[in-house]
Amino acid sequence: MSVPASSAIAENPWLGQSVEIDAITPELPGVATYHLRFRDAELNSRYRFRPGQFNMLYLPGVGEIAISLSAANDISGTWDHTIRVAGNVTRTLAGLGVGGKLALRGPYGTSWPLDECAGADIILVAGGIGLAPLRPAIHAALAQRKRFGPTTLLYGARSPDMLLYRRDYEAWTDRGLNMSATVDRFQPGWSGDVGVVPLLVDRLRPLKPANSVMFLCGPEVMMRYTVRSALERGLRKDQIWVSLERNMQCAVGLCGHCQLGPAFVCKDGPVFRYDRIEPFLNVEGL
Amino acid sequence: MTAVAPPRNLPESETLLLAKTDFQAFLDQLWQGGYRVIGPTIAQQAIVYDEVRRVEDLPRGWTDEQRGGQYRLKRRDDDAWFGFVVGPHSPKRYFFPPQVAVAQADRTANGWQFSEVPDQEPPYALLGVRACELGAIAVQDRTFINEQYVDPIYRRRRERALIVAVNCTQAASTCFCTSMKTGPRCTKGFDLALTELPDSFTVEVGSDRGEEVLSTLPTIMATPSMLRQAENVRQQAVDQITKRLDTKDIRDLLLGSLEHPRWDEVATRCLSCTNCTMVCPTCFCSSVKEVSDLTGDHVQREREWDTCFNWDFSYMNGGIVRNQIRSRYRQWLTHKLASWIDQFGVSGCVGCGRCITWCPVAIDLTEEVAAIRENPA
Repeated sequence: MSVPASSAIAENPWLGQSVEIDAITPELPGVATYHLRFRDAELNSRYRFRPGQFNMLYLPGVGEIAISLSAANDISGTWDHTIRVAGNVTRTLAGLGVGGKLALRGPYGTSWPLDECAGADIILVAGGIGLAPLRPAIHAALAQRKRFGPTTLLYGARSPDMLLYRRDYEAWTDRGLNMSATVDRFQPGWSGDVGVVPLLVDRLRPLKPANSVMFLCGPEVMMRYTVRSALERGLRKDQIWVSLERNMQCAVGLCGHCQLGPAFVCKDGPVFRYDRIEPFLNVEGL
Repeated sequence: MTAVAPPRNLPESETLLLAKTDFQAFLDQLWQGGYRVIGPTIAQQAIVYDEVRRVEDLPRGWTDEQRGGQYRLKRRDDDAWFGFVVGPHSPKRYFFPPQVAVAQADRTANGWQFSEVPDQEPPYALLGVRACELGAIAVQDRTFINEQYVDPIYRRRRERALIVAVNCTQAASTCFCTSMKTGPRCTKGFDLALTELPDSFTVEVGSDRGEEVLSTLPTIMATPSMLRQAENVRQQAVDQITKRLDTKDIRDLLLGSLEHPRWDEVATRCLSCTNCTMVCPTCFCSSVKEVSDLTGDHVQREREWDTCFNWDFSYMNGGIVRNQIRSRYRQWLTHKLASWIDQFGVSGCVGCGRCITWCPVAIDLTEEVAAIRENPA
């Protein structure tokens, strides 16, 4: 078995590397970004991931969870994971604080196909915390502005105070990102759209469907309707990529939990080209 | 596949003969050679794999009677040593143990230290492995030793194991290895393959390792009449197999029938008890549990067999994906017979029939497939 030199994947797939919480950025109620640093400085400097990939984060005695990388922080030299408190592991992690230690193994899975999309107009569509796995793709697209056509982020959240990474928006738009946000529920001070994310796809102007690709991450029901809107706007199914979530324990295709039809979401995904996963994604309870 | 010794296809003229009176010496030699010999034994009214030190440990003179939802041990008219089919156990439990620690963590002054748990198991000599079980091992090799990732426990145990196969001389009503092209004849994947005759075994050598363990034993060349006799008893098994599974285009048939009404129908019978997956020699799903000692300073990560029939198997923070028995049975059957082919290039079913025998309500996957085939969605 060959393991890429830049990863934290041991010969034994269950063995993680020790990381420390370098800083914590509170994002939303119950959501924070954990800036993790490998305690092995050499490993920290050579670790690499591709946008859309995830790591397994492990707290001994508590459990292990799959979390997408939400950024590589070049300045602090940390690997960022935006996590919502949802279960035992995330709750315990939230209680650890700066200096807290855990194990990390990864990166795992497929990535947003930026390399195949040179010259294309990029439409990123996120719902709620689904913006986190797309954030490294935003960073990569903006860092190589000239490689891509217009890059647009369409983002939906429950309410204005649930919009993730608000501090980033100005810098992103300054660097050329077109961004529209919508919320399900209005709050005072909000001057943007109210409504579901697919409406932003319906209204997107200008749109050159033949030259566009769409990267999509959010609740499955949101992705289903967004795809429908995108197809109505003239995109083909093979121009759309989606990031999926399933129960994962091993992340290496050995435990069986994450199967969706023939796919192991952990290693054949989490990022799938839509036409390849559609026959299974839309089957209830598969 | 790295785990498998290069196959040796000796001409049948080189088939050897080992007298039953020398079989204890064979067992002794395996133990002395450092092998832990695992073979068929009787426990709790079933033939199960366990340690075999003496020929008396084998289920001599016993057979099994199997049909949907039923398994019974019965006395044979003769005292055949391997005169039965397959029990609830399979070699899977030795290469992919039901419960094993995969990693551990120790709290130190400097934070957690993470380490492997050394696997202490001596090499296994698996005795009495049937053709369908050889097929199942080959199927699991593709899962646990794939191009991308390797399960280290599986690989270590698999590579060190000696496999002494035994050809079936009879079949159960639940057997359909001929449909799955895995048996009943052992053709590859063994170090030695035996065929039982009244007073001796014919022995085919499948690898250098097999030849080596045999070298100090008093074997002779099997005579043409012995070979004919062996062929006749093997043919008995072929002749007794009545169950069929039509595998033609089965992948497209099942994945094209994900909304077939038969899933609703089978869900009214299926208890989601997990028996079929526990006895299946290829099912590989597992979960990892955190097991702390009383101080909380030492934590073992214990992997246990899990199954797509457990309600929380597909749990995510958004809920349970397969929250109905219909979904779980469909997952099991379509995975086993269809999407397994996408994933590993082979069917996940070897035709051993265990899932039929051990299903408390006698659900028979061959009948479920036939029902779907009869009325395509």
